[in-house]
Amino acid sequence: MAKVDWPAPEKRSLIGKRIDRIDGPMKATGAAKYSYDINRPGMLWAKVVTSPYAHAEVTNIDTSAAEALPGVKGVWRDTEKEARYAGEIVAAVAAVTEEIAEEAARLVKVDYKPLEHQVVDTDPALSKEKPSKKDQGNVDEAFGKADKVVEGEYGIPVITHCCLESHGQVTEVRDGELYVWPSTQNVSRYSDRLGEAVGVDQNKIHVECQYMGGGFGSKFNFDKWGSIGGLLAKQTGRPVKLLLERDLELMTAGNRPSAFAKIKVGAQKDGTLMAVEAEVWGTGGMGGYGAPPIPYVFTKLPNTRLTGKGIRTNRGGQRAWRAPNHPQGCFLTMSALADTAAALNIDELEFFLKNVSLTDRPTVYAEELKIAADLIGYRKKAHPRGDPTPGPVKRGLGMSIHTWGGRGHPSECDVTINPDGSVEAKLGSQDLGSGTRTVINIVVAETLGLPLEAVKVQIGKSDYPPSGGSGGSTTVGGVSVSSRLAATAALNALLEAAGPKLGTTVDNLEAAGGEIRQSDKPENKIAWKEACALLGVNPVTKRGTNNPGESQKQHLIDDGVGGAQMADVSVDVETGIVTINEMVAVQDCGLIIDLKTAESQVYGALIMGITYALFEEAVYDTKTGRMLNADMEFYRLAGIQDVGQLKVHMMSGQGYDERGVIGLGEPPVISPGAAIANAVANAVGLRVPHLPLTPDRVIAALQKGGKLA
Amino acid sequence: MSDESDTSKPAGLSRRGFLKGLGVGSVATGLLSPVSLKEALAKESGVVGPGELPVTLKINGQSRSLNLEPRVTLLDALRNRLELTGCKKVCDRGTCGACTVLVDGQPAYSCSMLALEAEGREITTIEGLGTPERMNEVQKAFVHHDAQQCGFCTPGFVVACTAFVRNHPNATLEQVRAGLGGNLCRCGTYAGMMLAVVDAAKKGGG
Repeated sequence: MAKVDWPAPEKRSLIGKRIDRIDGPMKATGAAKYSYDINRPGMLWAKVVTSPYAHAEVTNIDTSAAEALPGVKGVWRDTEKEARYAGEIVAAVAAVTEEIAEEAARLVKVDYKPLEHQVVDTDPALSKEKPSKKDQGNVDEAFGKADKVVEGEYGIPVITHCCLESHGQVTEVRDGELYVWPSTQNVSRYSDRLGEAVGVDQNKIHVECQYMGGGFGSKFNFDKWGSIGGLLAKQTGRPVKLLLERDLELMTAGNRPSAFAKIKVGAQKDGTLMAVEAEVWGTGGMGGYGAPPIPYVFTKLPNTRLTGKGIRTNRGGQRAWRAPNHPQGCFLTMSALADTAAALNIDELEFFLKNVSLTDRPTVYAEELKIAADLIGYRKKAHPRGDPTPGPVKRGLGMSIHTWGGRGHPSECDVTINPDGSVEAKLGSQDLGSGTRTVINIVVAETLGLPLEAVKVQIGKSDYPPSGGSGGSTTVGGVSVSSRLAATAALNALLEAAGPKLGTTVDNLEAAGGEIRQSDKPENKIAWKEACALLGVNPVTKRGTNNPGESQKQHLIDDGVGGAQMADVSVDVETGIVTINEMVAVQDCGLIIDLKTAESQVYGALIMGITYALFEEAVYDTKTGRMLNADMEFYRLAGIQDVGQLKVHMMSGQGYDERGVIGLGEPPVISPGAAIANAVANAVGLRVPHLPLTPDRVIAALQKGGKLA
Repeated sequence: MSDESDTSKPAGLSRRGFLKGLGVGSVATGLLSPVSLKEALAKESGVVGPGELPVTLKINGQSRSLNLEPRVTLLDALRNRLELTGCKKVCDRGTCGACTVLVDGQPAYSCSMLALEAEGREITTIEGLGTPERMNEVQKAFVHHDAQQCGFCTPGFVVACTAFVRNHPNATLEQVRAGLGGNLCRCGTYAGMMLAVVDAAKKGGG
């Protein structure tokens, strides 16, 4: 009888090994069809018209010239009369070619009455909202008792998701049913309420997304362009492709809120933390604002006070960005703590190790910090703040620790064993590139004692059993459990059928090595196919359902991880250019299903972190209210030449595996900004207070600190 | 296009309009020699379009004939007319490299080239380098070293890397860093990619 518990280490043939992602060849050869690649017969291309004003009343939309253009088949005009930010969609056209659609969009004449706008997020006085307040312990008394009080001001700007496949979809109405191929990270529930927006029965909507080009938290719902696509498809009776242009992708399709803060830290001479007080402000654009957690990770510090002030701006609305609010809270906290260590003349690593008792997992962080220190050669390279070596290139080390939840989401999966021996797993999940398909394949194959290629994994359709959206690093936990439960139940049905043939009962049978065999007498066995033939003509299909609370009690999944990262950087104090020499990430995530794609998540997170630490910022012009760098030349992503040497160490094995599966996508992206900023401070001898650490910011900080050569 | 100059001024100088001018310019300077285009130019005193005209492209060793407006980029011709969707439109401005194809064996951004300009040239797309069943060495190395996550930038990288390893059979990490700066990835797959390219270069590349 197969059990649902994860197999013991010696019994694992696939789980935890280094396995190539199963859709790798499809992607590497360009055969994978992303939503952007779906071309349907008779399909029209749609293009949108957007407000050039950061705030305006739309007084008239004249589409007559666009409609008169040969090849134009449909138009859409917004009934909303207010454009709240530059880049807000006000109209759209659909035409037989992409070029005609672009031309038609230019022919739409929109009259605006400009209104007052506000895009500045750096001044807390601009907040008109009631501040959020958290106060615990006795902060003022603790500061009074502290040997040293260190104050600083830090900031991390708005950045965008900049998904390479922009947001959008292909929509088709056929026989009263609505078919959508969106770029989404939420196949099962992408279309919630799309029915009412388009005027189609909600239960007649079918969503499919086999491959998607990046989401990072910004692709959960159908969005305005989803309803426009549906309406144009209905209006024209033809399939419509609508994907955002690059500038709109950056202006309207998601961003990470900014966070600026004044932080005061009280500590004893020996490094013992006494109190932290912070005032933090920033913008979520048109969206809401929640203050990031400060102090971050060191949450057991008894005396803390946090005031948060949201600034509403005429910019596109914020969306969840990989580990919402954590990179901000982490950068602000770890910067202030490193500055405190420096002010006390205490080695940064010693300071962190001294205070890990104030975190939820002191032993994990202590172990991780020591491993990171070994990997980066900390003892050999570390020096007090300010590289004393002569010459313009200064080298420094910095560090940070972080945390995340990552408990598996609700998920349902059907596993079918066919009489011919073939196996299928079906669920309405999605693979963002994190390796969901591969994880499901590994779990089902491991459970059934089969090789990977014996299992066909089918995901990416809303018609399949529902599975959660990929947010909060919940997918690997969710699909691992649902596919494990389904495969175990299907296998037990097969074992029932095989029992008589092997002269024993289901309780005494197991699947391994492509065979069904007697657990205590392995030579009594039959081949997998032979066993499946005993099913007669009927396949066995069983559904597995992940109920997160139950699964956590059974140690199939868990939540709560810790990670430590260190950075080794060089700063040219004449040019202000920061170079990453090396970064080290040490991360726990419970039981690892596929070591290869798990490590890729961490490598990728380091690189994404280097990008926001050094390059990324949505730059807005105060006067016009427009984003000035809504392209990929001036909204820079790190290239292969920018990332230095990267080392990843996964905390796995005894003490970690027993917890079950925990999500990994988000945690390792939290620390890089803080670790790199601390390394820069260690190199040049003072704090460069705002990310990204561009040459102008480095030079300005050196100048202000009287350190410019 | 959705920036203000594009939406509010129908006759303004759009990028496509600019490219259109460039395309015709390059025809006039003799970079291209397709018969149909020559005939059209002769007939209309050096101006082609705005209507469609016949274009023959040599793609992955096959001759493909189609009717295109002069303003259609090579990228849009491949993706929208020929179902060769491996090359991607990402930045649409010659920055990210997701649209990379080989033109006469050299990597080129197909978003920044008109389809007309590609007449008479040997175009190789990602589809011409291998299939999931028969991958080239670069593709195998990308899979083995997990040099891809969402995979949207991957075809552009694979094409660029294939050209790179052909030109650098014993590529070092430093050469890889310098030679592949023309493509961008958002998921952060460069760690595996560096290993993949060095590995593929050792095995004889594409």
